[in-house]
Amino acid sequence: MIRLDAVVALLGRFPALAGVDLDIADGEIVLIQGPNGAGKSTLLRLCAGLLRLESGSATVLGSDLSTSRAAVRRRVGLLGHDTALYDELSVVENLEFWAAASRVDRSSVLPALARLGVAPRLHDVAVSKLSAGQRRRVALAGVVVRRPELWLLDEPHAGLDQAGRDLVDDLVVEAARAGATVLMASHELDRTVDLATRTVVIAGGMVVADRLGSVHSEAGEGCAD
Amino acid sequence: MLTDARLVAAKDLRIEMRSKVTVSQVVPFAGLVLVMFGFALDANRPTLDLATSGLFWVTVLFVAVMAVQRSTAIETTDGARRALLLAGVEPSAVFMGKAAAVAVQLLAVELVLIGGIIVLYDASIEEPLLLVATCVTATAGIAAAGTLLGALVAGVRARETVLPILLLPVLAPVLLGATRAFDDALGAVAVNGWSWLAMLVGFTVINVAFGVTAYGVLLEET
Repeated sequence: MIRLDAVVALLGRFPALAGVDLDIADGEIVLIQGPNGAGKSTLLRLCAGLLRLESGSATVLGSDLSTSRAAVRRRVGLLGHDTALYDELSVVENLEFWAAASRVDRSSVLPALARLGVAPRLHDVAVSKLSAGQRRRVALAGVVVRRPELWLLDEPHAGLDQAGRDLVDDLVVEAARAGATVLMASHELDRTVDLATRTVVIAGGMVVADRLGSVHSEAGEGCAD
Repeated sequence: MLTDARLVAAKDLRIEMRSKVTVSQVVPFAGLVLVMFGFALDANRPTLDLATSGLFWVTVLFVAVMAVQRSTAIETTDGARRALLLAGVEPSAVFMGKAAAVAVQLLAVELVLIGGIIVLYDASIEEPLLLVATCVTATAGIAAAGTLLGALVAGVRARETVLPILLLPVLAPVLLGATRAFDDALGAVAVNGWSWLAMLVGFTVINVAFGVTAYGVLLEET
């Protein structure tokens, strides 16, 4: 599913990833941990096909990232710090635009909004009028609409209320059960460690620990530090 | 590609209609520029008659800078550029769609400005076909060059000031060609406006071709 071998990626001239080795299988829920600036978000962007490899090799969803980034992009769903929503358009107009752009049936928009608990009264409201949490839910609905094979979630619980956080957890588990792989960068360890089937710790742009199972249940399980 | 281009253009135009930036800010700005030029030159009526075409197109270029900045900001404000890449939309379609949306806005402003030069500068249209062809061709060239340079400066922190510095020199041939063609269309100066229009066609074709080819690289890199 994902195979990174000595991957180096630059942000400007700064090596945000400085030799990452990682193998992730189908259906895994991987928690990416690390301090601020460790390279977590960069790793997610690289796996989404948004960053160029400086050196090393990377295969995501069977495609070589050095030659076929466009092929990878269509098959991933990325929730980053930005929500990629147009302020002046309504909730439904935004998601219908992204569905059409992604060649996905627009009829999947309303079920996705319902799944994320976005009330029908908000469907025709301009995104600029939404709260940060509502906006985050709409952005997550946009990921659901794409039905990605690889979910890349950067701080997915950020800005959400308790119900929203529970929804994210449910979505992650559902996606993995359906065979998708989930990579999650998060500081909310209390929530995410129990979800994860594996925890990868990054520091200084390198993998410094790679544990099977969550960090809470590491005893007795595989460890590849 | 045309389906995606239509999708992007419709989205940009819908955003503009909702924000009302063109109607509430750009059109009044263009009108004010026209009035200020009128104040400056009205005391010398023959000069104003000779300068009408140039003043019209200088105003259009100012408006174009605003329209391109707005068009660029739509995609950069909340990471939509990245989402367009992830959606798999052909960069050439994004370019065509965004350029088309800018062109539609510029044409709407030009329509108002033509009314402005007739009322304020007492201009008369002697060759309507040449006037329309010049507007359409020059506007397409302006929109293409502007959209491409907008993508080029999208990642620059001070893009609001960098864009005009880059864009206005690139559009100098449009200012020259469109002004000459308008001189003929308005009967202000005896020149062959159609030959200047041919030059504008060349400029536009080059910029559209370059934009279709290069926009993907800029979308990836900025």
